[in-house]
Amino acid sequence: MKKLISSPESVVVDALRGMAAAHPELSVDLERRIVYRARPKEHGTVALVSGGGSGHEPLHAGFVGFGMLDAACAGAVFTSPTPDQVLDATRAVDRGAGVLHIVKNYTGDVLSFELAAELAAEARIDVRTVVVADDVAVTDSLYTAGRRGTGTTVLLERIVGAAAEQGFDLDEVHALAERVAAAGRSMGIALSGATVPAAGRPTFTLGDDEIEWGVGSHGEPGRERQPMAAAPELAARLVQPLIDDGLGTGDAIVMLSGLGATPLIELYGMLAAVTPLLEQHGVRPVRVLVGDYITSLDMAGCLLTVLPVDDELLSYWDSPVDTPALRWGRS
Amino acid sequence: MTLAVAATNDWLRRFAQSVVDNEQLLTDLDAAIGDADHGSNLRRGTLAVVEQLETEPASTIGGALRAAGMTLISTVGGASGVLYGTFLLRMATSVADRATATAPEVIAALRAGLEGVRTRGHAELGDKTMVDVLAPAIDALDAAVASGASLADAASTAAIAAQAARDATTGLVARRGRASYLGDRSVGHVDPGAASTALLFAALAGALAETTAVDA
Repeated sequence: MKKLISSPESVVVDALRGMAAAHPELSVDLERRIVYRARPKEHGTVALVSGGGSGHEPLHAGFVGFGMLDAACAGAVFTSPTPDQVLDATRAVDRGAGVLHIVKNYTGDVLSFELAAELAAEARIDVRTVVVADDVAVTDSLYTAGRRGTGTTVLLERIVGAAAEQGFDLDEVHALAERVAAAGRSMGIALSGATVPAAGRPTFTLGDDEIEWGVGSHGEPGRERQPMAAAPELAARLVQPLIDDGLGTGDAIVMLSGLGATPLIELYGMLAAVTPLLEQHGVRPVRVLVGDYITSLDMAGCLLTVLPVDDELLSYWDSPVDTPALRWGRS
Repeated sequence: MTLAVAATNDWLRRFAQSVVDNEQLLTDLDAAIGDADHGSNLRRGTLAVVEQLETEPASTIGGALRAAGMTLISTVGGASGVLYGTFLLRMATSVADRATATAPEVIAALRAGLEGVRTRGHAELGDKTMVDVLAPAIDALDAAVASGASLADAASTAAIAAQAARDATTGLVARRGRASYLGDRSVGHVDPGAASTALLFAALAGALAETTAVDA
């Protein structure tokens, strides 16, 4: 293992210290591993809390700021945050209008946020939860922990964050979140495994001629090991499962995220291969993100997320946002 | 014989020690079908429990278990932190303020813990989780006590049953947690949560055997 770290034990806190140094607009609680906005929202607005295992940067802390999250809880690498951590964040950001928990569907995350929401209810804080489960790679939800939460989380945090900023109440914010969660679809491929610092070696290994089709963001296996292929063929393998899963048509927000070790030149090349395939199926990318938005440490590969949108969703998307990883429309 | 506060603390300490000793094994098992963090996460949590036992010793079994459960919940992370924490918290509620617990009281507490894990984790027997060790180990303890064994001997029987149950998870298909995504590919691997749960029962047997030796 060769990594730019001090020690496997300190990797999360070191990264949070770096975030604090780079972003004075954030307030970082190193002790509790929670990232807040330095300037909290106005009283009477709904707050958004998310969190998850570290190693998916910029998710989630990179999306704390105006128009997105109010707080992000950082767990250990690939490990959900703890319930008391989520509770602390929830208490801190509540402005009397309630808090939306945005949870990716992984057993640990769901259990932690569930327990935190129960404790918050005892503390008389109104909490609603949206669980994102958009990974179409998982076909057998009955005999598994269900579809995993991946790229739609980023798009949801942006869209719902905009609505919260505009003064929607908790029920409205929650309903919007459920709508986005239901519409978004994701599919990823890995060209290599990821190395968790504490483990020191990759969680899985692939031959030069192999890919993991439908990989999970912690290296969980996907649908199958497949032979490596050129970008247009890989693009088809990403797009087809989304279509087969009933992806809506029309205008869409498309995100092609790198998994951490794939250069931008390859991501743009993949996008060029993905776009015509989507258009053939009647999906028109009207907004596109390309880059590292939800990663898996040093895994090579990409994750394609498509969210069909109407003018209303698009107007939230386009409204001002000001976070470390997503920023537009605000001077 | 009974379970005393000192033995409860000893149980938790022994569990921490065996987690530390087996950290690499737990991590390796998790790397095979999960995400390679079970060993390091549980190590962090159980060492925090040990530190707490030293700084804020509890005067009741319930107090010790409750404090340990809360510490695991706040330090381990992931599903295992919540599940181990829930297990100990439910045990704590069951034994309450006792300074010693009889064998039936210990069994009732363990069963309450198991029920908590089942409910919180939505896991049933055969799903390839810690439940697959908890349930048969508690059954073995219960049966041994019913047939007249001392609590220490019954715990040692339970520890052996736990090891066998741990090994038997090799043949199961994971249906809960991260390993479930492997489907049939999860067969052939021991479940990491089952492995750490077997350590929990070995630690209980060790703590009670020590008590017996001291009593004698």
